[in-house]
Amino acid sequence: MIFVTVGSDLPFERLLKTVDRWAAETGCKEIFAQIGSSRWTPKHIDCLPFLPPSIFKERFRTADLIVAHAGMGTILSALFYEKPILVMPRRASLGEDRNEHQLATARRMQALGKAHVAFDDAEMLSRLQNLNALVTAPKIGPYAGEDLLNALREFIDCGQQKSAA
Amino acid sequence: MIKPRLKLLAISSGGGHWVQMLRLRPALVGCDVIFSTVSESYRSEIGDAPFRTVHDATQWEKFSLFRSAFSVFLLVYKERPDVIISTGSAPGFFAIFFGKCFGARTIWLDSLANAEVLSLSGRLAKPFADLWLTQWPHLASMNGPEFKGNVL
Repeated sequence: MIFVTVGSDLPFERLLKTVDRWAAETGCKEIFAQIGSSRWTPKHIDCLPFLPPSIFKERFRTADLIVAHAGMGTILSALFYEKPILVMPRRASLGEDRNEHQLATARRMQALGKAHVAFDDAEMLSRLQNLNALVTAPKIGPYAGEDLLNALREFIDCGQQKSAA
Repeated sequence: MIKPRLKLLAISSGGGHWVQMLRLRPALVGCDVIFSTVSESYRSEIGDAPFRTVHDATQWEKFSLFRSAFSVFLLVYKERPDVIISTGSAPGFFAIFFGKCFGARTIWLDSLANAEVLSLSGRLAKPFADLWLTQWPHLASMNGPEFKGNVL
């Protein structure tokens, strides 16, 4: 099952239309999309605007592949649940977001080997033609790295000592 | 002498901001944590910890900004946390700002999603954040945010 998600904030019809076109061409029925606030509805994919968090998590956990916008929450979830993830960044230049931060996220995550990236519709279609090439990145744990956690602990604790003194 | 427990407000917008906040939980152990975000649907993810919702302001649109700021002000005014931590975005900035006014110690952890420039709310938070962090080493600098690791 391919699970498609575009976040809850803004519509992202370009991604949905591309995956819908691929589903129509290949006849693949094993796709489910959470389409968020997109007004356009896919014709060849099962979809819902929003899933409750528990069902979202279940869909995510049981998926074989995640196809998504380049949202950090989705990428972190894919790494945690050990799912291969293919993202297409939202483009502010196409009115899909307020700035180009998803382009930056996508480039960096690709460079770190954390996510597969399709930078445009054509690349998304060609990546979908070759699903076996979408390998899974190493699993991450449920929490942030120890260096960051320690820095935060140190800052929080120093106030505790101050108020105890 | 028994150390008094600190009251800590962990506040963020939804989506990736919230996912990143939840990954910081081991650092908050030992504090009385109040979680706050923009949607009731996230309550189920934090068990029995106190949970408050505030208005979102993702569009940087005037009325929603004002409404968000006011709801965050009420939260900070009522709870008077000792420490405030935020992973963004606008509601987190408001919490850092009002928290500072009430004497809280404040932490801004800019989202991992801002890999090329710090977020707008992150830049605005600079004068009010005691600990001002980016998650990307190349964005850290002497007068800029510090890098102390990331949520990965």
